[in-house]
Parts: sequence; structure tokens; C-alpha cells
Amino acid sequence: MARTIDPIVDPRIEVRVLSDDEVQRIHAATLEVIESVGVRFPSPRALEIWQAHGATVDRETLVVRAPGALVEEALARAPHEYALAARDPSQDLPLDGRHVYAATDGCGVEVLDLVTGERRRSRLQDVAEIARVGDYLDEIAFHWVAVSAQDTPAESRGLHELAAIWANSTKHAQTESIVTEREARAAVEMAAAIAGGREALRRRPVLSLMECTISPLAQEGGALDAALVAAEAGVPVGFMTMASAAFTGPATPAGTLVVGNAEVISALALVELAQPGAPVYYAAAQTAIDLRSGAYTGGGPEDFLFGAATNALADFYGVPLSMGSFATGAKEPDWQAGIENGLSTFMAAAVRSDMLLGVGLLHGSRIWSYEQMLLDCEIYGIVRAMLRGIAVDDEALALEAIRRVGPGGEYLTDPHTVRHMRELWQSRFFDRRPYGAWEEKRDRARDWARARAREILATHEPDPLDPVVAAELAAIIAAVEREAGVAGAAAPT
Amino acid sequence: MTTEMTSEALFEAMRRSIIDGDDERAAELAGEALRAGVDPLRAIDDGFVIGLREVGDRFSRGDMFLPEMMLAAKAMKRAVAVLEPELDRRAMKRQVLGRVVIGSVKGDIHEIGKNLVATMLAAAGFEVHDLGVDVPFDRFVEKAREVDADIVGVSALLTTTMTGQRTVIETLAAGGLRPRVKVIVGGAPVTREWAEEIGADGYGEDAAQAVTVARRLVGAADAAVV
Ligand code: B1M
Repeated sequence: MARTIDPIVDPRIEVRVLSDDEVQRIHAATLEVIESVGVRFPSPRALEIWQAHGATVDRETLVVRAPGALVEEALARAPHEYALAARDPSQDLPLDGRHVYAATDGCGVEVLDLVTGERRRSRLQDVAEIARVGDYLDEIAFHWVAVSAQDTPAESRGLHELAAIWANSTKHAQTESIVTEREARAAVEMAAAIAGGREALRRRPVLSLMECTISPLAQEGGALDAALVAAEAGVPVGFMTMASAAFTGPATPAGTLVVGNAEVISALALVELAQPGAPVYYAAAQTAIDLRSGAYTGGGPEDFLFGAATNALADFYGVPLSMGSFATGAKEPDWQAGIENGLSTFMAAAVRSDMLLGVGLLHGSRIWSYEQMLLDCEIYGIVRAMLRGIAVDDEALALEAIRRVGPGGEYLTDPHTVRHMRELWQSRFFDRRPYGAWEEKRDRARDWARARAREILATHEPDPLDPVVAAELAAIIAAVEREAGVAGAAAPT
Repeated sequence: MTTEMTSEALFEAMRRSIIDGDDERAAELAGEALRAGVDPLRAIDDGFVIGLREVGDRFSRGDMFLPEMMLAAKAMKRAVAVLEPELDRRAMKRQVLGRVVIGSVKGDIHEIGKNLVATMLAAAGFEVHDLGVDVPFDRFVEKAREVDADIVGVSALLTTTMTGQRTVIETLAAGGLRPRVKVIVGGAPVTREWAEEIGADGYGEDAAQAVTVARRLVGAADAAVV
């Protein structure tokens, strides 16, 4: 049986960091940038599409300057609402502006081994196992490819990773590691095999792609080509800016928003020019660099503000948002991880970002930790409980119970308490024990989270993938490997 | 006596221009030094370099930030460019710690970290040839031969491109440049173990480490930090 997903719905706390007028100004500045400075599109196909629609294309520098009206017109074709489909339809995720879904982070390069505790290079088996744990957790609504399958050939790696996720979970898969046209074609074929054909895939996209822009003001050729392939097939595609204030973006957050916005909306406009009505989404993980080292920080007040500001932009364009939250810069699940992931997630969720990425990775999206994964889910649970807000109706005002208990009584045994107590948030990983109990054991949240992850991994059996479909996926990957002239990889369990 | 005073004031202005990260001013002062007949090597060593060293010190103490460090390096580069023709004319060579060819390997367009490493190496006194991003394997070898490099630096941030670091080492070997030309590697997925596995001579987790390793490889470990 597929597990239920319990997302944040209709947040009741409002956070607003940009006024309508400010959004308008950011938009106007963005159009001016696209029109006068331009954005680099290093893909012959992309350049042709722009040129055919009247944009100015510099074949030498590959920079496109597009009139604001063209960009606006193209963006207006994007659907406002659609659903990310899952292998199990009960787990489909409507992107309707009311829900906030969480997913793991992506493309980690090392794993803190669940058995030995040691840090080691990531492999295909990890992708499979993380997907299995994610399949179990009700906070995880869909998957990113959490770590890279480094024991598979580079040419087919992104495909092995997808197959491993689908073999271990019925939830939607969104990948950030398909960045070439060839891999994109194969990934679409695999998704069609899962969905039951090309037409079925268009109706129920079980796969979505996430591509990166290159700040400042550039796209990547392979990513553009992959995105166009996805759009043709009706597979949702998003572009993510990682503009970093003071390095790849201006030092002022507003300036960094403009640069990133220009990258994202110009890419989305291209997709809409090529495939009018294609499902697209805005994606972002802006940050501010560490001024002492240039490092990508993955947390800090500017990040939290970006998390809240970006949804105002995505809303303005009427497209869903996939927002980098969680993804702490900390080296281990510690106070820094708690603060960064708590605040980034609260801010991005309160403004109704449709998708939140970043569960489970440490050290600026590099090291996977199951402990952090479970703790991030706890953070999501806390935020979810907060965003439900406070119900105020006759039942919640509880006058009847207050009368019954009267002055000096207790509510512990009142029927009203029994009716409502389960609505109160319950901690799994906060230490609320007596001091002495802690002193005796000296264990902590990380230990409990690790034990829980082990237990899930040992006991959870995801709904298996139809062996016929699994064989189809394997055949598609094998064909890609033959064409690329590389040896295949062993299948994970 | 007066000329001494003026040249001291000139040297002071040179240092200042680097500390202020003012490349226009640095180039202007370099030109002024040439017109006044100041020895171009002295202009570098007693003027500009002193300023760069101060920026380096303050940067490592955390008093100055990366943009200031980068601006200082840029100003230094412009000043040296103005002085270079005169150095050549006098057949003088600026003492460099070594020559480094650096780039982000084929398939990889991450450049922030590589740029930092290149800047820090230049600031430390290396002559740096930056090949940019998505650099074909042969290009490293070609350039290393052309400039008679001591070190080739290969940056990779992707698990799919880090194998290219091994290929660069193999290509250098096939070209007969190993082990004379040393190889340093770095980037997000790169670890010390990986560097050892592929037979690299050095690994840097950040730019400062990359500089330390490069200095060690050219036998300059104890020389004063510039
Ligand atoms: C020669 O000797 C040396 C010695 C030391 C050396 C050295 C060489 N090179 C570096 N060092 C060392 O010294 C430097 C200075 O201290 C350090 O350099 P760093 O580069 O590490 O540090 C910089 C100062 C700051 N750090 C950075 O600039 C990198 C930060 C992260 C977040 C990152 C960024 C910013 C970007 N990215 Co990319 N990106 C990530 C990075 C995650 C991370 N936290 O590292 C990583 C590396 N990226 C990743 C991915 C997947 C991708 N990225 C991509 C694109 C991008 C952007 C363009 C958006 C942007 C780069 C912008 C630019 N102009 O460079 C894509 C690939 C593009 C390509 N073909 O290269 C794309 C494939 C995403 C996509 N779907 O398109 C992941 C790779 C993981 C993997 N499994 O391979 C990743 C770990 C993040 C993640 N988990 O997703 C040291 O490593």
C-alpha cells in the first residue's frame, strides 16, 4: 500500500517581504536587463527559436536580447496549475498554490554511512535506499536524486538514478541530473514506460526535470536542450537560479533577485515559445557568499529572505515555485543545521512555495545524512503545525469544556481534551526527558534519528515496480550505454 | 635627496593603490614610475607587492573581504602589465615562484572556486595562465608546454567531470611532461583520497590550501608569503 503524504495546506500565517509595487519594480528591472544586457543561450536550437520570434541574437557571443513584451507574452502561455503525477495516483501532487510539498536535496557526492557512520563516496545503492526511506516518510512528497550514483557510467548515470528511485518508491521523481539532450530523450522514454505510454505521460507526468541557470545571466546549452525535449513530451521543467549576492549577483538582495529572475524567466519564456502551454516552474536557491572565502553558504538571513521573496515573483508570473530550503551549510546535524533549515523552511513555506527542496544534505548540498533527513522531516512537521494556525470556532473556543471544568479543575480527563489532544504537535526528536535520564544515557536526537532510519530501511517494503516495466527501463538504459560505448552497471537491490 | 623623497612618496602611492584596489590609479602610477626612470623591478617589489602583501595579511586575518582581495589582485595585474614591456626591454625577469596553468576540466563550467584559486596563486607570486572553463584535456598539455609550466591545476566540481582530472594527468604523461610538471586538483567532490588515487601531486580543499601545496611543489615552502 502506498503511504499517505501529509503536506502543508493553505498556510494560515502570512509572510510578505515584497509589496506589489516592489514586485512590479523587480519585474520592470528584469525586463530591462533581458532587453538591454541580454542573457547567454549557448544552444543553436534555442538561438533559432529566439530569432524566429524576433529577439536580437548575437551569434558571436550567443547573447539573446528579447523585447519585454515577447517575454511577457511567452510567460502568459504557461499553465498556472498542474499536477506532478506519481506511480501511485493517490500520491499525485496538485501544484495549485495551496500546497507546500517537501523533497530531498539532490546530487550529493558523499554519504554518512548508516551502518559504519563513515563518510564515503555515494553510489547507486544509496540512491535506492534513500528513495525507500523517502517513500515511507509522510513529509517527503516527491524525490530529487539525493546523491550521485558514482559507480555507474557518467553517460547513463542520471538514468540509473531514476530507475533506482522508481524501483523503490511510488512517489513523483524530479531530477536535476539530466543535463543533455540524449539523456533527456531516454528519461522521457523511461517515464513513458512508467506512465503507460506517451499520451499517458502527458496527462500524468511521473517525472519532472530541474535545470540550472548559470549566474550571472547565462544558460547552459545541454540543460536548454534537455528542457526542450522534456517540454515536447509534456514533462514539467523548471530552471533554477543560484545567483549568489556579491559574487554571481549584485551584493544587494534586490539586485540578486533581478539577475536570477532574468535567467529564470528568459529560460521559461524560451520553453513557452517552443511549446506553448508546456508545464514549467520557477526554481531558485539564491544565497549570499561568505565574504571571507567566497563559499556558497546555504544559509543565513539573506537566504531566508530570498526564500520568501521568490514566491512573490513566481506568483506574479503565475507559475509554481520550487524553492531551495533546508540544505544547511553545517557539517553535521547541529545547532547551525537546525537554525538554517528551520528558518529557511518556515519562510519559504509561509509564502506557499509549491515545492521545497533540500532535505538531508549537509555541507552546502554535498554530504548525505539520514540523521539530517529525519530531523529535517521533524522541522517540516513543526512548520506544518505552525502554519495550520489557530482554529477559532465554537468547538475550538471550548466554552462547554471550560464550564465543565470550572475554576481550579483539570482538563486532562475532559472529553474535549481526548477529542483534540492528537491535534497537538508531538515531538519525535526533541529531548524532553528528565535531566537525570539524559545524563545517564547522553544520547541525543541524532542517535534516535539514525535508529529510526535504520528501522525504516529494514522494514519498509515499497510497492514493487512491475517487473515488465523494470525490464523496459533497463533496456532503455542499456541502449543508451551501447550507443555511448560504455559498460553497464549492476542493478541495485 | 628630493628625488629619494619623491620616489618614496611614489612607492607609498603604489602600495596605497593596491590596498584601495584602484586599478586605474595603479596603472597610472606604473606609467609615472617608468617616466621618472624608476627601475621597474623596484616598482614592483618595493611598491605594488608590499601593498598586495598587506591585503593578503589582512584578508587572512579576516579584516578584509574577498572582493577587496580580488580588486587588489586586479590592480596588481594592471600595474605589472604596464611595467612588463620595460622589464622585457631591460631583459629583466620578474621573479616568480613558478608558472601555473589552471582550468575547470572538460564538461565542467563551475568557475568560482577555480577563479579564486587562480587569483590567490597569482597574489602569492605565481605566474598564472587561466584557461577558463570546459577545458579540453589536450589544452592543458599544450599550454603547459607553451609556457613551460611547473604546475597544472585542474578544477572539477562534478562527479561526472572529476574523472577528467585523471585523464589530464594521463595526457600529460603521454606528452612526456610527467613527473616534471606537477598536478594539483580540487573542487567540491574531490578528496585527498581521490587525489592520491589518480596520482595527483597535490590537493587543496580551498584556495589557501592550494597555494600552500603549490608553494611546496616548487620548493618554496619557507619563502616569505607575498
Ligand atoms: C587546481 O587546484 C585546485 C585546488 C583547489 C580547488 C580547485 C582547484 N577548484 C576548487 N578548489 C577549492 O578551492 C576553492 C576556493 O576555496 C573551492 O572551490 P568551490 O567551487 O568548492 O567553492 C567556491 C568558492 C564556491 N562554491 C561554488 O561556486 C559551487 C557551489 C555550488 C552550490 C554550485 C554552483 C554555485 C553552481 N552549479 Co553546481 N554547484 C555545486 C556547488 C555545491 C557546493 N557547495 O560546492 C555542485 C558542485 N553543482 C552540482 C551540480 C549537479 C550542477 N551544478 C551545475 C551548475 C551550477 C551553477 C551554474 C548554477 C553554479 C556555478 C556558477 C559558476 N559560475 O561557477 C550543473 C552543472 C554544470 C556544468 N556542466 O558544470 C549541475 C549538473 C546542475 C544542473 N542540473 O544543471 C553538484 C555536483 C554534485 C555531483 N553529484 O556531481 C553540487 C555539489 C551541488 C549539488 N549538490 O547539486 C574549493 O573546492
